Amino acid sequence: MARQRRPKVAVWKFASCDGCQLTLLNCEEELLAVAGEVEIAYFLEASRAVVRGPYDLSLVEGSISTPHDAARIQMVRRVSRVLVTIGACATAGGIQALRNFADVEAWRALVYAHPDYVETLATSTPVAAHVAVDFELRGCPINKGQLVEVLTAFLHGRRPAIPTDSVCLECKRRGTVCVMVADGTPCLGPITQAGCGAICPAYQRGCYGCYGPMETPNATALADWWKHLGVPDGDIARALRTFNAWAEPFRTESERREPH
Amino acid sequence: MQPGAHAVIDLAGFGQVLDLLRASGYRLIGPVRRDGAIVYDEISSAADLPAGWTEEQGPGTYRLQRRNDGALFGYATAPDSWKRALHPPVLRLWQGRRVNGDLQVADEPDDAGPRAFIGVRACDLHAIAIQDRVFLAGQYADPAYKARSENVFIVAVNCGQAGGTCFCLSMGTGPKATMGFDLALTEIVDGGHRFLVEVGTARGAEILDGVPHRPADGADGEAAAQVVAKAAAQMGRSLDTRDIKDLLYRNLEHPRWQEVAARCLTCGNCTMVCPTCFCTTVEDATDLAGDHAERWRRWGSCFSLEFSYVHGGSIRASAASRYRQWLTHKLATWIDQFGTSGCVGCGRCITWCPVGIDITEEVRAIRETSAAMAGAGKEEHRADA
Repeated sequence: MARQRRPKVAVWKFASCDGCQLTLLNCEEELLAVAGEVEIAYFLEASRAVVRGPYDLSLVEGSISTPHDAARIQMVRRVSRVLVTIGACATAGGIQALRNFADVEAWRALVYAHPDYVETLATSTPVAAHVAVDFELRGCPINKGQLVEVLTAFLHGRRPAIPTDSVCLECKRRGTVCVMVADGTPCLGPITQAGCGAICPAYQRGCYGCYGPMETPNATALADWWKHLGVPDGDIARALRTFNAWAEPFRTESERREPH
Repeated sequence: MQPGAHAVIDLAGFGQVLDLLRASGYRLIGPVRRDGAIVYDEISSAADLPAGWTEEQGPGTYRLQRRNDGALFGYATAPDSWKRALHPPVLRLWQGRRVNGDLQVADEPDDAGPRAFIGVRACDLHAIAIQDRVFLAGQYADPAYKARSENVFIVAVNCGQAGGTCFCLSMGTGPKATMGFDLALTEIVDGGHRFLVEVGTARGAEILDGVPHRPADGADGEAAAQVVAKAAAQMGRSLDTRDIKDLLYRNLEHPRWQEVAARCLTCGNCTMVCPTCFCTTVEDATDLAGDHAERWRRWGSCFSLEFSYVHGGSIRASAASRYRQWLTHKLATWIDQFGTSGCVGCGRCITWCPVGIDITEEVRAIRETSAAMAGAGKEEHRADA
């Protein structure tokens, strides 16, 4: 397809572990095709060479957890035509959003020798809580195939084919026996968004909810069933508080189950 | 032997039936024990079958258990039905490539090859017949389904025990296989492990003629009848189907839909395990350069928002509307659409619902309060007037 110029793509990092942007480097066989179709203009993980903005597409990894980042994300939005957030940190606040349930001052004093050196916000929040986001790609980490699909959809001006229904559908399509029904293993699959390919149940583990809440999650009904399976409220709250702890309704349901 | 004829084979003879099917070019698909369940998978001989195993099924629960005999078919339904083999969960329909400005389309080969399904239960025979109507009847047959269903040899098994979520007796679909098989077996464990074989087709007769067998006597027939009668007496569930279409049509606004929606996870498991649910979603994929495109078909679910998405949003936004859509299609509108119920009473949707929602219980609740509802409606109407 003849194009005037290759779209300029930037990859930004906020509070995160880098795993999601590494997914782009892990694309291996698709990486050359990606490099052929877009100009990687800003991607410090891959290259120190920086091309000035504005950018046609920004991929944003990480949550907003410092005053500096809260200002920087505004700048990223200003220089980006399309802004796509990638990974649970950017779409839900990440594991670091556990601070949102706690006393950050107390934690800071406990963890750092010189807490006064650390400038942090009381919360870790998703990018969409700060600026307009054009598309959120879920996962901890994101799925390589889904990332390529988002890039492809962007290049061809169409909506990405990213399902928002449950992990169960992926489990059933691949023929995995349900671990909750056949073994009583608590599983977050029914309320978690598809996308990973239902990896954990295929290895007889319950779903950990890495992709966050599915489109119409009924967390209360699932949590009630976990109780029926013998899982105490405190364990239910902990299971809901991982990478997507701050995402509704994982957040509300974990608060309801929290032992007082 | 002729269709309708009966004979008896012993355990070794059963093994020889499978061996002969393989030697005749059929790939065997049958029950095997895997991941804490008895599932259908490729097998190579009778030794692969889960001899001496059974299971306990209830709403949202399934547990394997040992039997105190060596029965090969001493369990009820598997998590998956034969739908997987005939209507694959993920299928590439075609792929296209842009060559010098032209689109070149390549069809996908549909070459499942000859297959023998071993141990198909009566409910699943009815489910296959229902999907045959959906995919093959009328002007437009589904080529993928047609190719997969054309060369299947079916060895049915009459159920000797019913599962805790079974209700085929209510749906008139079992526990005895009455149609749609090449051979139908009744496994008799007591008084000498043997199988009473009913011949369903000429090619079934051909296979049976190729293995050692003896004529069935009155005692064999009696023993086999008892096996099936035992299963019929054990049904874990029942569903009153009297007037069911009108019952559901009369109760589209019943409060029960809201109550079940409070428990329903809208995860779609019921539609995946249902042996008659046939809906798919079709997805186009392109490569980065835009030179290569593929069209994929996946099992879809009426519990997904995308399923009822039209311009501007989903028609069935609430869980109540989606559960109602599924249940009323299965038990009522299916009758208008295809001339039969869409439910065969296999109970899979009850067992494999992660929170144990029970279709028979939902219908019962609506039936029991239907009259009261109708009365309340009239009261309301009078009050308005």
